[in-house]
Amino acid sequence: MSSSTPPAAHGTLVRRRPRRRPTPSTALSWTALIVLLVITVFPFLWMLRTAFTANSDIFSGSMSLVPPDPTAINFSRVLGLATPEEAAAAGGSGQNVDFFLYLRNSLVFTGVVVTCQVGFSALAAYAFSRLRFTGRDVIFTVFLAGMMVPPIFAVLPNFVLMRNLGWIDTFAGLVAPYLLMTPFAIFFLRQFFLGIPREIEEAALLDGAGRFRVLTRIILPMASGPMATLAIIQAVTAWNEYLWPQLVGRDPSVRLLNVAVATFAQSSPSTSPDWSGLMAAASLQVVPMLLLLIVFGRKIVDSLGFSGVK
Amino acid sequence: MTNTTVTVRPPDARRAPERRDRPPGRRRRRSSDGPTAALYLLPAVVGFVVFYAWPMIRGVGISLTDWNLLTEARWVGLDNYADLFQDPLFWNALRVTAVYVVVNITTQMALGLTIALLMQRLSIGLAARSAILLPWLIPNVTIAIVTLFMLDPNVGFVNHVLEFVGARTQSFYGSSDLAIVTVALVNTWRNMGYTALLFYAGIQTISPSVYEAAALDGASYLRTFRSVTLPLLRPITALVLVVSMIGSFQIFDTVAVATSGGPGNSTRVIYYYIYQKAFEQFDMGYGAAMAVVLFAIIFTFSLVQLRALRATESDGN
Repeated sequence: MSSSTPPAAHGTLVRRRPRRRPTPSTALSWTALIVLLVITVFPFLWMLRTAFTANSDIFSGSMSLVPPDPTAINFSRVLGLATPEEAAAAGGSGQNVDFFLYLRNSLVFTGVVVTCQVGFSALAAYAFSRLRFTGRDVIFTVFLAGMMVPPIFAVLPNFVLMRNLGWIDTFAGLVAPYLLMTPFAIFFLRQFFLGIPREIEEAALLDGAGRFRVLTRIILPMASGPMATLAIIQAVTAWNEYLWPQLVGRDPSVRLLNVAVATFAQSSPSTSPDWSGLMAAASLQVVPMLLLLIVFGRKIVDSLGFSGVK
Repeated sequence: MTNTTVTVRPPDARRAPERRDRPPGRRRRRSSDGPTAALYLLPAVVGFVVFYAWPMIRGVGISLTDWNLLTEARWVGLDNYADLFQDPLFWNALRVTAVYVVVNITTQMALGLTIALLMQRLSIGLAARSAILLPWLIPNVTIAIVTLFMLDPNVGFVNHVLEFVGARTQSFYGSSDLAIVTVALVNTWRNMGYTALLFYAGIQTISPSVYEAAALDGASYLRTFRSVTLPLLRPITALVLVVSMIGSFQIFDTVAVATSGGPGNSTRVIYYYIYQKAFEQFDMGYGAAMAVVLFAIIFTFSLVQLRALRATESDGN
C-alpha cells in the first residue's frame, strides 16, 4: 500500500528550511490550503446551520455560523415526527415525509449490495488469480471491458427486463443489477490475491484442504484489509446511486433516501423553497458519510491512493 | 455506477507477478481446476451475461426499432441514427456535454494537483486529507441540493458574500450562460479532493533521492516541480485523466436535481437527454440509438487515452 512509503518521501524538500522561520512561500502554501479546506467544508457547516434554523429566520441575512434561534423542528419534520400543524407552521407543506423508512431502505440496499458484491467478487477473483482453466485471461479481459460500458447503455434494456419480470418497484428489481458482477471489485481483489504468497496455500492443499476451505480460511483472512477497503468504496458508490433507484424504486415502500431527497427537492415550491427542511434532509445523507469518514478515515484515504496508483 | 467511481486501472506492471507465479511443474492440477473455476465464476458470469453483455446487444437491437414501451416494436433500420444527426437538441446535448467535460476536467485536474502538492509540501496530516475528501463521499443528489441553496440568487450564502464585497449577485444555476459552468464547477468542487489523493499517492511513489539530487543541484521548488515532479507524474496524470474523463461524460444526477436540463437547453447534457427520451417520452429506440453513439464516443476516447497512457509510461519510467 502507498501508505507504507516512509514519511521522508515528502519531507525532504520542506525539512531543509528551518522550522522556526516560515518562508513567505510556505505561508502562501498554508494560506492556499486553508482556503481550499474552508471552501470544501464550509457548505456542509452552512447546511447543518440551516437545518437547525427555522425557515422564517433564513431570510434574516445573518452570516453567523450559529443559528440565530436553534431548533430541531426541521429534523422532526423530515423524520415524520412532527404533527402536520407543527410542520405547516415551520414552513413545510404540512405532509409527512417519512425519511426513517427511506433511511432504512437505503441502509438495507447498501448492506445487501455490498455484501453480495464483495462475496461474489471474492469467488471470481480467486478463480482468476489461482485456478487454471482454459480461457481464463480472455474471460478476465472481457469482464474488464465491462467497466467501459456507460451505465445508461445498460439501464435501458435492464429497465425493460425488470418490467418484463414484474420487478419494477420491488426490492429485487432495485438490487438485481448490482449483486452478481462488479468488474472493478473483481479486478481490485484479484490484484491483492495475486500478491499473497502461494506457499501457505500449497501446504494446505497438500494437507487435503479443499479450494473453498483455502479461500475462506487462508486467503480471505489474509486479505481482510483490502476486503474492508473494497466494502467501504462499494458502500459509498451504492449510497450515491440515483439513476437506477429512481427508475425502478419510486414506490415509497422501496424508495431510497437519495430518491426521496431528490423528490422532496423537486416537490418543494420553487418560489419559496423549504430550505430548512431540505437542509435537514440533506444532513441525513451527509451524517452517515461523515461518521464513515471519522471511523475509517485512514482506510479510505490510503485505499483511494492505492486503487488509483498501484 | 455514476460518475467518479473508483474504477481505476493500474499500470500493466502489476500483472507481472502472475506470470512469474506460474512454475511449469504445476500443470498437473489443470484438469481438476475447471469445474471449481466454473462454480466460482458462475455468479459473476451470470451477472455479466444478464446485466452487461445481453443489455448491450439488446440496446443495439432496440436502437433499430421505434419501440415506445406500449405498442409492438417495429423495425426501422438506421432511421433513429439518421434522425439523430438532424436533431438540433442532440447536437446541443453533445456541445453542452463537451463544455461540461472541458471545464470540469481542466479545473479538477489543476486543483487536484495543486492540493496534492500542497499536501506534500506541508506534510499534511490525516485529518486534513480526510476533510478535503468529504464532498466526494456525499451523494450527487445531496450535493445538488446543498449547492442549490448555497448559490440561490436570494438567500444563497455565495451571493451574500458577493453582495458583501460589492460584486453583482448571480443566479448561478438559473442563468443559461452560467448554468453548465456552475454544474461543472460544483462537480469539480466535489471531486477535487479525490483527484488530489490520487495525485498525492503518485507523488509518494517518487523516490526521495531524485529530490535530494535536485536540491544538491540548487534547484528551486518551482524548477523541481517542473523538471522532476511533473515528468515523473505523467503516468499518473494520464491515468487520472482517463478515469475522470469517463466519469465526466456521465454527468446526470446534478443536472437532474438542480436544473432539469434548463434553463432552456443550457444544461441538457447527453446523459440527461437520453434519459428524457427513453423514460419521459418513452422513445426507447431513439434513446438507445443515442446511448450507442455515447458508448462509441467514450470507447474511442478511452482507447486514445489508454494508448497515450502506455506511451507516457514507457518514457516516464
